[in-house]
Amino acid sequence: MNEIGNVDAVGVEERAAKYGTRSIKTASKVKGLKLAASMVDLTTLEGKDTPGKVRALCAKAVRPHDDLDCPPTGAVCVYPAMIKHARAALGDKSPVNIASVATAFPSGQVHLRTRLAEVKAAVADGADEIDMVINRGAFLSGEYNRMQDEIAAVAEACGEAVLKVILETSELETYDNIRAASFLAMRVIRQGDFIKTSTGKTSANATLANNQVMLDAIRDHYFETGMAIGMKPAGGIKSAKQALHFLVAVKETLGDAWLTNRRYRFGASSLLNDLLRQLVKMETGAYQAPYTFSEAAGAY
Amino acid sequence: MPTAAHKKSKSSPRRRSEPELIFGDLWEFDPAPESADPKLQARYRLFIGGKFVAPKSGKYFPSFNPATAKPIAEIAMASPADVDAAYQAAAKAAPAWANLPGAERGKYLYRIARLLQDRAREFAVAETLDGGKPIKESRDFDVPVAAAHFFYHAGWADKLAYAFPGATPQPHGVVGQVIPWNFPLLMLAWKIAPAIATGNTVVLKPAETTSITALKFAEIVQEAGVPPGVINIVTGAGVTGAAVVNHPTAAKVAFTGSTDVGKLIMRSTAGTGKKLTLELGGKAANIVFEDAPLDQAVEGIVNGIFFNQGHVCCAGSRLLVQESIAEAVLKRLRNRVEVLRVGNPMDKNTDIGAINSKEQLDKIAGLVKAGQAEGAEMFQPKCKLPREGWFFKPTLFSGVEQSHRIVREEIFGPVLSILTFRTVSEAVEKANNTAYGLSAGVWTEKGSRILKMSTELKAGVIWANTYNKFDPTSPFGGYKESGFGREGGKQGLADYVKLT
Repeated sequence: MNEIGNVDAVGVEERAAKYGTRSIKTASKVKGLKLAASMVDLTTLEGKDTPGKVRALCAKAVRPHDDLDCPPTGAVCVYPAMIKHARAALGDKSPVNIASVATAFPSGQVHLRTRLAEVKAAVADGADEIDMVINRGAFLSGEYNRMQDEIAAVAEACGEAVLKVILETSELETYDNIRAASFLAMRVIRQGDFIKTSTGKTSANATLANNQVMLDAIRDHYFETGMAIGMKPAGGIKSAKQALHFLVAVKETLGDAWLTNRRYRFGASSLLNDLLRQLVKMETGAYQAPYTFSEAAGAY
Repeated sequence: MPTAAHKKSKSSPRRRSEPELIFGDLWEFDPAPESADPKLQARYRLFIGGKFVAPKSGKYFPSFNPATAKPIAEIAMASPADVDAAYQAAAKAAPAWANLPGAERGKYLYRIARLLQDRAREFAVAETLDGGKPIKESRDFDVPVAAAHFFYHAGWADKLAYAFPGATPQPHGVVGQVIPWNFPLLMLAWKIAPAIATGNTVVLKPAETTSITALKFAEIVQEAGVPPGVINIVTGAGVTGAAVVNHPTAAKVAFTGSTDVGKLIMRSTAGTGKKLTLELGGKAANIVFEDAPLDQAVEGIVNGIFFNQGHVCCAGSRLLVQESIAEAVLKRLRNRVEVLRVGNPMDKNTDIGAINSKEQLDKIAGLVKAGQAEGAEMFQPKCKLPREGWFFKPTLFSGVEQSHRIVREEIFGPVLSILTFRTVSEAVEKANNTAYGLSAGVWTEKGSRILKMSTELKAGVIWANTYNKFDPTSPFGGYKESGFGREGGKQGLADYVKLT
């Protein structure tokens, strides 16, 4: 654990604040907005989700807007019971991946064998990507090997599917913990897998600062091993402006090779419509009312 | 990547090449210029006795925009006769100003602070236009901190009787002040705010390359209704500065600038009975221990040396890094420097703006050449510099020795010299092995080591796990050839009063 290094909270928050002062204008703004749209894991994770809701989400993911030249989103993200419906809606050769939260999301507080069975079932149902939660209890009580072994077991259960490891940063509380947990996870996952900030089910979610701590960890791991791990901030990113600042952090920390949805995703639901709203504004010069965008559940 | 490494990987194909990050143009930012009107006048006169007056000589000199090397306004050249007129106005205003109740003086300072805030954008643009610093720094640092100094000292004005228990503070009278070009408005605030809060009147000379915000400040002085003669601003070069320092009416002289000029001032004021404070050069050590949070340390190193193009007397221009982490720090530092945006200072995304003057640019280039000649290894990012104006790439020198010129001399530019150390005592010895002693930085997780370093480092300001932090409440000033006297806090206030 010692060689992982530490994080100064004041310093990393200062660094993060600098991204917020970047001013992204005109063509670079359009490019950034489209890039962000292509990185969205369009998410619905509610008890009241239905096959109909998931079908609507899939249609939105494939074709976010009628007129705009906007790319499809990176994935849709649903509960395991909805994977089949998403697959039916998207077909087998969709540009949009199906991500599913498995491992007893969001708490993870069930037996490992149950979590593994859930992962296998999700992959069998057609999930391309599995978003797992780490055992925060094991981490906080110092059982790092157990936490790592569980991640390794889930990675194995994923087979061909991409794995995203959710640290649930708000429960880890400190930046030191976030950095340590990032390393523990990255050491047992595979090239192309992701680490992810949060479930979106707690009060605090992705911030520019915890995103930065994880990007720094990804860079250090890349320097050490040559293995490129992806990053997914999730929860709390609602505005296009926020998303652009997260992308500036990626550009300035990991560089061009991470400015792709193979290595960076946003876990979000209302973000996509704000990206579209800004794109329409860039084209027409006017903001449209929220109801002109499909699936506009959120209020502005 | 150096070609040698390519060859190496060719000869043994199984060896994986070193992972590198690509900082390219996949997502380039479009220009984002700040568009507020700086409301410049074509020609600026002197500010004496509450009025703008033409210089007696009738002479003016141009002030340049460092980003284009083109003149933007004409500035009056004050002769010794003009300086004398300013001192007469200040002397005339002094008794009434000193006798004004503190609370009343404070009101004027509050008013100045609020007017500065009201016109913050305008002042920020003017500062960047005249000085070359990035707009984000003049907007987020120079102007707000200048206003903060007036707010802070406004609060002292009616509490002076309680500031120095057992002693009664009295103003000196007329104070002569000469300030540098690196933080034109902020240095003005550091000088004028404590002086007038304590009941002194002032004659201030800004640097000749950056007079404009001082003269715009004079407009605020008028608007705030400050009694005529309390604040006088005379512009010009060395001759004007000498006249300000040597005028017999000056009861105190305050100077911020180079150590060479500081020494001249000390000679010329010796035996005159004038009180003197000097804030001079620096060659600060920024010391990174192996247990430091590396990314934040790298951020602090970058902030320490590239803030305001390195035109900072307390810049962390000597990086001392523990040998065990030297390579790791250097690699991160190179990556960080690669994404710094150098260019048009008026662009909101610019991190490093223009060098203040051609003269300074030549000095930096000369010292960088000396660094290369002495065998240090130089790194500069791939960034392109604008075709016009005065710019210099952020520069890192590794493989530097304690005896090299780039380690001993103040460069006052975006150039960092990197040295290594093995033990705490070696770090202290190297850090203190300099004629200067203004500031230092310490990066470590260990609290006890921070306290130990703070007593052993001979520097007036020591930052722990941060760098270049300024606050009106915190005294700032140096040891050794970095000068004496403090600015800010109660200690700074004490330098503007006689205690009886």
